[in-house]
Amino acid sequence: MSISVDIEKNLGDFRLQVNFTAENEVLALLGASGCGKSMTLKCIAGIEKPDKGRILLDGVTLFDSEKNINLTPQERHTGLLFQNYALFPNMTVKENIEAGARREKNLEKRKQIVGSIITNFGLQDLLTSYPHQLSGGEQQRVALARMLVSDPKILLLDEPFSALDSHLRFRLEQEVRDLIRSFGKSVILVSHDRDEVFRLSDKICVIHNGKVETIGTKKEVFANPKTRQAAVLTGCKNISPIDRISDQKVIALDWGIELELNEKIGEAKYVGMRMHDLCMDAGENTFDCQVVEIIENPFSYTIMLKAQADAQAFGWEVNKETWQQIASEKIKIGFPKGKIILLNE
Amino acid sequence: MDLFPLWNSIRIALISTVAVFFIGIWSAYHISKASKEIKGIMDVLLTLPLVLPPTVVGYLLLRILGPQRIVGEWFLTNFDFKLTMTWWSAVFATVVVIFPLMYRTARGAFESFDETLAYSAQSIGLSDTFVFWKIRMPYCRPGIIAGTILAFARALGEYGATSMIAGFTPGNTATIATHVYQLWRTNNDELAFQWVLVNMLISFVVLFALNLIESQYKSKNNVKGGV
Repeated sequence: MSISVDIEKNLGDFRLQVNFTAENEVLALLGASGCGKSMTLKCIAGIEKPDKGRILLDGVTLFDSEKNINLTPQERHTGLLFQNYALFPNMTVKENIEAGARREKNLEKRKQIVGSIITNFGLQDLLTSYPHQLSGGEQQRVALARMLVSDPKILLLDEPFSALDSHLRFRLEQEVRDLIRSFGKSVILVSHDRDEVFRLSDKICVIHNGKVETIGTKKEVFANPKTRQAAVLTGCKNISPIDRISDQKVIALDWGIELELNEKIGEAKYVGMRMHDLCMDAGENTFDCQVVEIIENPFSYTIMLKAQADAQAFGWEVNKETWQQIASEKIKIGFPKGKIILLNE
Repeated sequence: MDLFPLWNSIRIALISTVAVFFIGIWSAYHISKASKEIKGIMDVLLTLPLVLPPTVVGYLLLRILGPQRIVGEWFLTNFDFKLTMTWWSAVFATVVVIFPLMYRTARGAFESFDETLAYSAQSIGLSDTFVFWKIRMPYCRPGIIAGTILAFARALGEYGATSMIAGFTPGNTATIATHVYQLWRTNNDELAFQWVLVNMLISFVVLFALNLIESQYKSKNNVKGGV
């Protein structure tokens, strides 16, 4: 059981051209807003029509431009979840869920599946409420129930938590995580939040400007994002263009420092270093730096450092206790070889 | 007091409003979904009657529906049916004049519709017909009702185009609006004033109903659940 997507679509100022597959797993499409990730989801759901390509779900062709196949959204059996949950405002909770079960033509059976989903999601007390009377968490539960009762073959989650406060987000994310684990089929999650993506997905596909930049398991993508944009999207904040000195030695131009590498430079044009990967006892690639700014976060400090007066600063994230012990204007900081990320454009 | 103008005005306004209700919603729905270019052109064309002087609308209608003009002549020769200077002629004039009110309010309502509702509905298997009648229309209902009432109110007050295409025949084409003008012209000041009061009363009631619906809709939608 799997989904395979290979589509192209012209969108005026840019071209969407994505190609990926997913098995029974959670695939996250990670990208900045306007990169085409939501459009990709709409193409899978059948709301938007690609110009070219193919979409296969569990061996069924949903779309094929060459064979002129384009199933309607109703025929595709996808479960779409939007951040606003899109509950029908004129219907009660019960009517919303019943609307999701209308594919089942046998009325007895329909009643039965509606009844069991209501019990599973603990919605018994909300049945006569309207969506605007529900809390955010309740709305999400109703939306999930309505989606599942329609018997989807794949779940498509479009930025499901981005409208929520962080404390609520965490709780609702847990509910969704439980649900997609028990769902057992393909799930595609669209998000711009690297933390959420890391917690929820198995596989990550980084999209930038309508193109797939990097695809792989989440550990692979975070360890080796491959491109500069993918590094930015996975939260790498220190990135500098480089000049090659030798196969395993480069100058990081922005920071004005020479770095020794573990691997050969290859085609790389940039190096990246995650802020928390810098360390004081690296024993290699160490530099005497001037502290130029100290930014206080809730549980850590971000120390902005310069290795040379006329260079640009880079950030080092350090926990509060450690910093309070060191706290000085000059420190020696190291770029561990194993943590340096080589990146292409 | 001969009540014919009141009855005639209401009859014309009701028929026109029913017609415009369907044509207006139909056009509004399709144009709200059309491409930018088509939307731009159609929007101007369909809103034009709102800004044109009613006499210009009346003139244009006469050029089309008059007994010696293309459509008017065809109806006259084929069906022996006169399109001008009858009470139903006023319906044509009124429909054209009130159409933009219905069209624009309905289009505004359709455009404010949250499309993710339709997408979700389609993906859970609900037919496009179901989506239109059970989700889109209820969502847009307040806007559509407001447009209908506004159109009806304007229909009752239509004078310029009506007087050109239907003229003033007491007991046949006379409406409140044309009747008031006729009474004033013939120095029947007292009766004219009575009709003015009748007209104001009707308009007051209609607009009051409109505000009531709007405030009800607002209070219903302000009840947002806390998180």
